[in-house]
Amino acid sequence: MSKAVLEKLKSKFGAAVLETHSDFGDDTALVTSQSWKSVCEYLRDDATLDFDMFIDMCAVDYPTRLPRMEVVLHLYSTTRRHRVRLKTRVGDEDMDGAEVDSVTSVWSGANWFEREVYDLSGVTFRGHPDLRRILMYPEFQGHPLRKDYPAQKTQPLIEYRTEADAGVPLEKQAPFRADEGMSFGRMDWLHRNDEENPTALPKGVVRAIKPHEQNGNHDPRAEHAEPAQTLPTPNQKDVS
Amino acid sequence: MEPIDLELEEGELELPAEPMHLNMGPSHPAMHGTVRIVLELSGETIVKADVQIGYLHRGFEKMCERGTWAQVFPYVDRLNYVSPMLNNVGYALAVEKMCGIQVPDRCQWYRMALGELARISDHLTCTGAMAMELGAFTPFLWFVKAREMVWDILEEETGARLTHSFGRIGGMAAPPTKDFKELCHGALKQIIHIVEEGEKMLLKNRIFIDRLENVGIISGKDAVALSWTGPCLRASGVAYDVRKAHPYLKYDEVDFEVPVGKVGDTMDRFLVRLEEIRQSKRIIEQVLERMPDDGPVNVNDPRVILPEKRDVYTTIEATIQHFKLVMEGAKVPKGECYSYTEGGNGELGFYLVSDGSGTPYRVRIRPPCFPITAGLSKLITGNMLSDIVPTFGSLNMIGGECDH
Repeated sequence: MSKAVLEKLKSKFGAAVLETHSDFGDDTALVTSQSWKSVCEYLRDDATLDFDMFIDMCAVDYPTRLPRMEVVLHLYSTTRRHRVRLKTRVGDEDMDGAEVDSVTSVWSGANWFEREVYDLSGVTFRGHPDLRRILMYPEFQGHPLRKDYPAQKTQPLIEYRTEADAGVPLEKQAPFRADEGMSFGRMDWLHRNDEENPTALPKGVVRAIKPHEQNGNHDPRAEHAEPAQTLPTPNQKDVS
Repeated sequence: MEPIDLELEEGELELPAEPMHLNMGPSHPAMHGTVRIVLELSGETIVKADVQIGYLHRGFEKMCERGTWAQVFPYVDRLNYVSPMLNNVGYALAVEKMCGIQVPDRCQWYRMALGELARISDHLTCTGAMAMELGAFTPFLWFVKAREMVWDILEEETGARLTHSFGRIGGMAAPPTKDFKELCHGALKQIIHIVEEGEKMLLKNRIFIDRLENVGIISGKDAVALSWTGPCLRASGVAYDVRKAHPYLKYDEVDFEVPVGKVGDTMDRFLVRLEEIRQSKRIIEQVLERMPDDGPVNVNDPRVILPEKRDVYTTIEATIQHFKLVMEGAKVPKGECYSYTEGGNGELGFYLVSDGSGTPYRVRIRPPCFPITAGLSKLITGNMLSDIVPTFGSLNMIGGECDH
């Protein structure tokens, strides 16, 4: 890949291009959210750039910095055979103001990708023709790919069966153990990255979640805790 | 039995003039994959179509943020579950790109051979299932028999027919078996024979041709704008194949052609897939010729590769290394990277973000059939209701991949 794309972007948009890098050989430009659509139009229309193919769009959540959500766009040119990654950052701690212009009018393929980013990360796209959930169901609350959405949280459309409903003892009761199916009950990002947190473990160290710890003061899970998670869990393993 | 005698005024039997709404799916016998299409019909013509996906959403990307980098392999198996080996290789290449690892030659050839076998299985399933949905059951059974031969080889190599979890960061789980080359040669000959026979049977069938030709046409320009890749894009005449345009592994050293279509209709997509099976066979034959019979498969890098079991049980260093790799995971350098390979349906991309720890910060998959399914409503609008079946079949939507 050539750096010509980044040079052209910098000379054309100047201060709107906040940052560029080519780590691992991928040309990347971080632009302001205001210039998002105009940069996209320029990338598509300029004859020497000619980014005619929209490859991918996703959002990455960085809750410890502001703006919090990073929208990442990958583009490809089938004629010039070069690629670029375009990024912008939006949203404060509560994801207020997480809005960017939709690029569906630039590449029609962006339609579903923008719906997906909206669905899973909660970024709103201004001017999108049909912005609704795509992978999750309409009744779903929240946006699962944000880092503060607990991975073990369940939102059943039909309430889980209780022993009283069933009339017989149930071996397991939904939503089962907090770390069921999760590798080693790995702590989530808050525990891994929060250095102020005395209960946090060093990076990369794993430990099973003990039920009594879930009610601790520093546990972010406590906010989202569901009653069933405090059920006795006989098979708890401690691997720390 | 008394005859049912309807006393109707003239005109009452006419169909309503206003558009009719029809739900196809999420579970429908003529569609492989859980997808729901809400249609607005005028007579039998589709006026409006809304394709709804997400019925197979399992939170793949969220799950990946909980384990180690190596623990993502079983998840990628379940994305495109017809060609899991291509996903394994694609993900392994992405992590290796971040770690700056190049696997030994033997492993590269091996990955290519297994990947192309998986591609054959993918195309056989797609074309066979499409024929079945149009009523041609025999070619479907033949193609599945051929696919079974591919899976037999993969089972011999990996121990699993479908969910291999065979890729590793920096190599493969095991070296090729002794009989690998022999098995491939034997099976390929039979597979091509079956494909040719099935092709003959279908392409001499008037009904099959009439239902495929000039149905679901999309121009190359539209397909690019819709971010289509893979066989579906090539059927519209755009010769974009990641293996040719940006060769990875050893694809620049083998000889193969990229088949393209002319019209971009369902027939072209069908023919492109069949031709790609033959090209894959060509690639595998060259790979088998050039793959060395001995030498290392895994890269000699203790940061990512597990030590020998024998050493783990006898030396403390290997035990610690094993423990750290399993419990903490291989550390991947901080940064972000996008790596792309040619999957069964097109460009399979992985966008990885690492915070320098043993757990991925973010794993984003670019599923090739996600944008292709997005284009379905454009393809079928204005066509007849019955055209949905061949059109949808030719797109090869794989629920696991499309719905993440």
